[in-house]
Amino acid sequence: MAGKKVGVLALQGDVSEHVNAFSTALGGGGEVVEVRSAADLAGCDALAIPGGESTTIARLIAEKGMRDAILSFEGGIFATCAGMVLVASTIDDARVEPLGIVDIAVERNAFGRQRDSFEADIEVTGLASPFHAVFIRAPIAAAAGPGVEVLAEIPRGIVAVRQGKHIALSFHPELSGDLRLHRLFLERL
Amino acid sequence: MKLEELRYGTELLKRGFASMQKGGVIMDVVNAEQARIAESAGAVAVMALERVPADIRKAGGVARMADPERVIEIIDAVSIPVMGKVRIGHYVEAQVLEALGVDMIDESEVLTPADEQYHVEKSRFTVPFVCGARNLGEALRRINEGAAMIRTKGEAGTGNVVEAVRHMHAIMGEIREIAGMDEQELRARARAIEAPYEVLAETARMGRLPVVNFSAGGIATPCDAALMMQMGADGVFVGSGIFKSSNPDKMARAVVEAVHHYTDAKVIAEVSRGIGDPMKGLDVHELKGEERLQERGW
Repeated sequence: MAGKKVGVLALQGDVSEHVNAFSTALGGGGEVVEVRSAADLAGCDALAIPGGESTTIARLIAEKGMRDAILSFEGGIFATCAGMVLVASTIDDARVEPLGIVDIAVERNAFGRQRDSFEADIEVTGLASPFHAVFIRAPIAAAAGPGVEVLAEIPRGIVAVRQGKHIALSFHPELSGDLRLHRLFLERL
Repeated sequence: MKLEELRYGTELLKRGFASMQKGGVIMDVVNAEQARIAESAGAVAVMALERVPADIRKAGGVARMADPERVIEIIDAVSIPVMGKVRIGHYVEAQVLEALGVDMIDESEVLTPADEQYHVEKSRFTVPFVCGARNLGEALRRINEGAAMIRTKGEAGTGNVVEAVRHMHAIMGEIREIAGMDEQELRARARAIEAPYEVLAETARMGRLPVVNFSAGGIATPCDAALMMQMGADGVFVGSGIFKSSNPDKMARAVVEAVHHYTDAKVIAEVSRGIGDPMKGLDVHELKGEERLQERGW
């Protein structure tokens, strides 16, 4: 993990929580930067796309001309919640244009409204014990393509996937203080 | 996953929801059409209202929670979170908004207070709350009652940013003051500003409020919004400023851009070009005591 440079897409959402989580996970052996423009992506080994409002983040990506830079980015992408919506290949809502980076079909706000947001301990492939997951107006993946490894699934659908270097999650590991998924991601960069 | 072990309405879920709004603009809307304009302009959430604050001022009388019909119309129109306002202390209005599926409740001085003794006990609800504050003591009392987000009050419905600026200075300045205090000094300060010691100590340790802090009350232009961001707001509420301007769609987009690029004067200049007239606005100094909404709540 040493020497890795992680960029956090800093357009809207819980950016500082992601910056803190990756800084801790890297343990001083790397660097975390905020990515506000295509130029900021240069030299990054990974890009975290945080939680927030996917409609807002998608609009800002398009307006800032960052779409092509993200699509041609060769590092790993760590996408949570709104990030998972954005990297999907299809979205059940025409208001958000998918980036098509991870081959999953997502449904936005799959559990309902904020009152239906929840915390739960879930089993995740590759982790020895359950992961405490925080779902906030979370999406799910209704389907995953053949190149996608499903890391976690709950009765409602798929909530964690891995495709090559990329990891996409319905929930917020940056909020629960458990950095095992961050480390799993960093190990494969 | 054990379904019986799912937890709803926790402090983490409430504060986490508020964190997802950071860097965003929350816009007041009164119908489905306005809600759609706000969403496509890039708002992170909308506040569903019967009237925007400028019209509440004009209408006079008792201002209450919006008609559920209107709230439902707005919920059905957009995919972003929908917030709603309840009167200070009116926990039944809050129960109703929660039942309707509103994502965050604003216990707001813009409406006529229902209880002059107690604010809503917000920790009893599943849905998160945002509350107004003019200073650190007020903010910490609300957080102690369970508020997951604070917004500086400003003076709603005036289009005049001066009070929003005053309240942000107050809170930021007080946080800087307590940052170097020892336990004894913090205890004395907690008594002086009538704030719970634990939350005050946490704020001192973090160097910021332990919940997200937005700015509200008088933001009418992209420059106003960027000003509040530079002063340290995590995001902004724009009430009458969008739909009382001459071109709401343009104004909405410009404010979103300005909040995102709040340190980039060139971008703010560009988005501010030809956006039409902002809302007319009021001189706050001409408001009589009871017309100053910020005095409501304590």
